[in-house]
Amino acid sequence: MVQSLDRSQGRAGAVATDGAAAPKTFTGNRALQIEEPLIFEMGQAGRCGVDLPEPPKVKDRLNGLRRGGEIGLPGLSEPQVVQHYTRLSQKNYAIDMGVYPLGSCTMKHNPRINEKVARLAGIGDLHPLQPVSTVQGALELIDTLAHWLKTLTGMPAVAMSPAAGAHGEMCGMMAIAAALDAKGERAQRKIVLAPESAHGTNPATAAALGFTVKPIPANDRGRVDLAALKAALGPDVAAIMLTNPNTCGLFESEIVEISTAVHEAGAYFYCDGANFNAIAGRVRPGDLGVDCMHINLHKTFSTPHGGGGPGAGPVVLSAALAPFAPYPWIVKTGDGWTVAEEGTRVAGTPFGRLKAFHGQMGMFSRALAYIMSHGADGLKQASEDAVLSANYVMAALKDVMTPAFDGPCMHEVLFDDSFLKDTGVSTLDFAKAMIDEGYHPMTMYFPLVVHGAMLIEPTESQAKEDLDQFIGALRSLTERAKTGTAAEEFKAAPRFSPRRRLDETLAARKPILRWRPSNNPPEGGPMRQAAE
Amino acid sequence: MRYLPLTDADRREMLRVIGAKSVDDLFRDVPASARLPGKVAGLPDHQGELEVERAFQGFAAKNVSPAMAPFFIGAGAYRHHVPATVDYMIQRGEFLTSYTPYQPEITQGTLQYLFEFQTQVTLLTGMEVANASMYDGSTGTSEAVLMANRVTRRHKALISGGLHPQYRGVIETAARWEGFNAVVGKADVDGLEDLIAAVDKETSCVVVQNPSFFGHVRDFSKLAEACHAAGALLIVVVTEVVSLGLITPPGEMGADIVVCEGQSIGNGLGFGGPYVGLFATREKYMRQMPGRLVGETVDADGKRGFVLTLSTREQHIRREKATSNICTNAGLCALAFTIHLTLLGEAGFRRLAELNHAKASELADRVAAVPGVTVVNDSFFNEFTVRLPRPAAPVVEALAARRILAGVPVSRLIPDDPSVANLLLLAATETATEHGMAPLVAGLKEVL
Amino acid sequence: MSMKYTNEHEWIRVEGDVGTIGITQYAQEQLGDVVFVEVPAVGRTVAKGESVAVVESVKAASDIYAPVSGEVVEANAALADTPGDVNAEPTGKGWFFKVKLSDKSELDGLMDEAAYDAFVKSLG
Repeated sequence: MVQSLDRSQGRAGAVATDGAAAPKTFTGNRALQIEEPLIFEMGQAGRCGVDLPEPPKVKDRLNGLRRGGEIGLPGLSEPQVVQHYTRLSQKNYAIDMGVYPLGSCTMKHNPRINEKVARLAGIGDLHPLQPVSTVQGALELIDTLAHWLKTLTGMPAVAMSPAAGAHGEMCGMMAIAAALDAKGERAQRKIVLAPESAHGTNPATAAALGFTVKPIPANDRGRVDLAALKAALGPDVAAIMLTNPNTCGLFESEIVEISTAVHEAGAYFYCDGANFNAIAGRVRPGDLGVDCMHINLHKTFSTPHGGGGPGAGPVVLSAALAPFAPYPWIVKTGDGWTVAEEGTRVAGTPFGRLKAFHGQMGMFSRALAYIMSHGADGLKQASEDAVLSANYVMAALKDVMTPAFDGPCMHEVLFDDSFLKDTGVSTLDFAKAMIDEGYHPMTMYFPLVVHGAMLIEPTESQAKEDLDQFIGALRSLTERAKTGTAAEEFKAAPRFSPRRRLDETLAARKPILRWRPSNNPPEGGPMRQAAE
Repeated sequence: MRYLPLTDADRREMLRVIGAKSVDDLFRDVPASARLPGKVAGLPDHQGELEVERAFQGFAAKNVSPAMAPFFIGAGAYRHHVPATVDYMIQRGEFLTSYTPYQPEITQGTLQYLFEFQTQVTLLTGMEVANASMYDGSTGTSEAVLMANRVTRRHKALISGGLHPQYRGVIETAARWEGFNAVVGKADVDGLEDLIAAVDKETSCVVVQNPSFFGHVRDFSKLAEACHAAGALLIVVVTEVVSLGLITPPGEMGADIVVCEGQSIGNGLGFGGPYVGLFATREKYMRQMPGRLVGETVDADGKRGFVLTLSTREQHIRREKATSNICTNAGLCALAFTIHLTLLGEAGFRRLAELNHAKASELADRVAAVPGVTVVNDSFFNEFTVRLPRPAAPVVEALAARRILAGVPVSRLIPDDPSVANLLLLAATETATEHGMAPLVAGLKEVL
Repeated sequence: MSMKYTNEHEWIRVEGDVGTIGITQYAQEQLGDVVFVEVPAVGRTVAKGESVAVVESVKAASDIYAPVSGEVVEANAALADTPGDVNAEPTGKGWFFKVKLSDKSELDGLMDEAAYDAFVKSLG
């Protein structure tokens, strides 16, 4: 008989279960929701999911270091593997299932042609260290994407190798440090200015490079306070790190004044391009005076988010920073392309190398396929639709929820939690209730400058009917919350998801980061034991 | 435009609800000087799938696919057979188009496979805890050095001359701009380097690679003891993770941090990325680790579930005091890794490693018989170094012209050291065949 | 002697020349469930205002600053296993560390209970 392993009993934060209402099944499964053990609980010696030939007997040349003992890997057959991962996949929400309004993450449609071209023989299977004469098409592909990125941003150079947005930040800030070094000002300029609303990677990056991060305040319109910025600028400031459109979903309307002031003070302007999707094809950051900006290919250019990566974060650079771009990059020669890498005679003084090989080629292929599919006209339309959709959501909800700032917004709309005041329902509860309505919640509690922040980014990928249903669901939730008697119901959400609220305190107090044979078999979880 | 669901009628209606006359109204915060009159100039308009695919076939046609040529290239990226199941499974939309599992109730799929992945990584490396992956082996190695600096509060890293030169470059870049001292050993061609004497009370860590960049298999137990006696950490890097099916794992040698490039399992060569970094350490250093961690817990009904945990190390909470600025990992590549390794299991993984070693042994014997060629290594796994009678780079080019992809001239990665000019790295995995080895040997005889 | 408080929400209770230091009821409420506490090593010399310990909840991490200068003479090792003590008894079992004061006059700059209560009220 199956028993519930109710270790949550009596713990603060545990919520009442309504499991009694639903009849228990023998397996613990609920129709398409199938409880799934860990591979380590499924394996049997003697099973294998591959057929490999018997290795010929050779004399070991392992310097006497042949591995002894069991590694401990479980043995599963191919059908078991397919079933295991299929069942796991059914416990995930995904863009392919519907509205995924995770603000600042740009969860737009991921076209499958991207996947197909990235896997073509002659692209997906190339070795990064093949002779350059045998990879001319690959270098041309990278150079083609580089051309698009430079043209769309109005910037003269791009470093392609950063593996993700945060890595791109590192790239841009290293280029700034190198430029300061070249001018002999690195010791003197130790301060990086960043708004309090900045993404956490900005201060983390600046601090890693030895800069001191100094926050700059926002005005009551959610933008950088220009007067405060000007007062903070001086001979000790290296750079400003500014997201535009900013993390409140607003365009920094005084951005040209900001960049002018920053340059007059001898500092550089790092633009966090996380929100480029609002303006790609419509506004060129180069026209706004930025010195460098990373582009999250997995946001603006639709490469899949993949459960948290891999991403890619190319960085466009101004003429002032271009000479410091890291190895490697692609060079067009008379009759083809070559790679500038260590040992190549090059102009400029590269600041170093950020990763092995040439960057996230698989992401380059996908992003280029997306960009070519859209073209200059389609990219402009996509940005406009993204902004239109966010403003539509704002307009349709502003009488029941509380927008943090007046519109128009860019591609995401920010609400605070004042509409939940005195309801007993928190932003977290509200978000968890959205799960039961079939939606992935919005970004919560970010940016930090707004109380109980809810940041909704619908993207351009949703049909109006789907936006209307989403809006309807949120309106219904606000009505229920405002009755003032629904707090318990909200705190018990979600009820219909593969798991209900998880005990994060338990996870952090006694971290279990791997399976061990001695881990208690979960009685409320996989039901293999039940069948025995 | 096939990706855009809004119709013109929708757009008009939405503008009406918003109370805007046109979409330009919504962009009114953009300074006038930056408003473009229309789309960005100088770029083509949208295209159908057929046209896009044709363009990519054009790119592909200008390359030599490893499938079409005898192939012996390694040096940190290895060609292995990836079962069809892997690529099929990772393209399920629920995996492909989900994001970082911030909402654990509806991302248990991702969280559970990452928990399984973390466990597999600890088993392979012989370590106690592992994170949910890094960008790749090279960036993971640099993060390991930064972690060692945090743990020891010291700022001098000793870098073996057996470490992949581009990994070394990534560490040196971090050292230069993030402010620590990286002492780099001379290229360790013969695998005889001894760093024990160099470890002192200022040393935060020693970074070695096994098998080394030149292919040598080393025992680092004594080095680990020397590190620990001096209060330093030993970081062992593995660029060919399949080797762990045959070689004593770094954890058993006393390593404190192990970083592997995981590309070989589940992930294609892909011209260098995206790959997946494996990162493992001792439990006592858990809170100093970079990157995401998945932990086991229970839900409100008492059922087992998984969550991202110990996130206070990370940038979104700690901001300027974070252990690293890393935000995403390599989730989908980690998924490919874990599926492939699950298919292999204990028996398959060990057999795969045996096959690789056998193929490389065969290749070494055949190449050694070519006049003028000497195999440098006494020990290796699936890759070794040969010394040619003349510079390796033009030899490789000459063989490429015969459509033979004959390894990596060491001078491509270590361009400033004339003593390595004649050295060639050759790798043979389970994908190597008699049909490939014979042309390589014949080709070498011709061009030398 | 009664307790003194800092505007970083630490308390200190001095007996003889040794002060015991922890975080206040208000601070533990703001943090939520405490999951990890990093205490300073015994023997370490700390300066007033120096970051000497870290307290973490699931969603937040806070530095603990030394309210006074001196030498750390004891740290609460039990918190490694039972960080929840900080929530349950912030001024009792949930103490962090003890410092042998090098300058008792530094206590004069700290708030007494009434002043701290007023300070907390002012935060809303």
